[in-house]
Amino acid sequence: MSRRRISLRQELPLLVWLVIVWGALWQDFSPGNLLFGALLAVAVARLFYLPPVELSGRFNILYAIPFALVFLGKVAAASAQLLYLAVARGPKVTNAVVAVPLRSRQDLMVTATGHVISLIPGSLVVEVDRSTSTLYLHALNISSPQRVESLKQEVRSIEAGLIRIMGTKEELETLRMEATA
Amino acid sequence: MNPDRTSPDAWVDMLSAVFMIVGAIMSLGAAIGLLRFPDLLSRMHAATKPQVLGLFLLLASIGLQMRTWWVWPVLLVAWIFQLLTVPVSAHMVGRAGYRTKHLHRELLTSDELEAVVQKAAARAAREDGSDGGRGD
Repeated sequence: MSRRRISLRQELPLLVWLVIVWGALWQDFSPGNLLFGALLAVAVARLFYLPPVELSGRFNILYAIPFALVFLGKVAAASAQLLYLAVARGPKVTNAVVAVPLRSRQDLMVTATGHVISLIPGSLVVEVDRSTSTLYLHALNISSPQRVESLKQEVRSIEAGLIRIMGTKEELETLRMEATA
Repeated sequence: MNPDRTSPDAWVDMLSAVFMIVGAIMSLGAAIGLLRFPDLLSRMHAATKPQVLGLFLLLASIGLQMRTWWVWPVLLVAWIFQLLTVPVSAHMVGRAGYRTKHLHRELLTSDELEAVVQKAAARAAREDGSDGGRGD
């Protein structure tokens, strides 16, 4: 990827994150320490230049907080279910490899959706097709085609939630079209 | 034991005790799953996932017991790094496992990746010697 300059506004979340990590590691959030951390963050971002993460430039906190809470709830429920499966079913568990086509073509969105779906127990990403942005998931305890369908629905609703939080305007538009159709 | 059961301290102690026990049970679940599940891919679920919740609960109980808010950012950063790295390692092992056929096909109710892999393999065979092999 080329060394294309990205605007400070797009780089800002990365810098803020670096400063937070710096403060957390020192356990010191005094202004002087934060300022030094900010200087280091800018230096690191300039010297060790990575391919830019293309953020959409918008972030909706009103959707992010409920999403995080639902995510935690899902992780808890699915962890309990996994525990039950391990004890009760064990070797007799049946699985499936499911292809889920996503709406978004953005690398960040595909990665985020893959991360969220991998963190919820019971499904993990086996393969990613970047050209068609299709995720191939391995899912635990899938015994019928209906369960495959509901898993696909769940992944797509997670993607929709992420688009509402930090998707581009075009992706939001597709989402709205889908809802009215 | 603390005789004063209504003080906030007692409640914090109780909450962190519950968190610690549930967190430990989650790690136990991972161990049981690792032993009982039949193939690599289903073991990956047990090996990587319940700790996300288990670590969260254990870190939360540490935070509750330390009783200073300076420790919370470190715990949060530790958990976020866990969130960022767990799916990557699961994906790498899962992908390698699928490609080296460390899975029991008879346990899969459907496999929507196999046809894609077959097609790609057939195309790679056709383009033998050329610079093919990568998906477009």
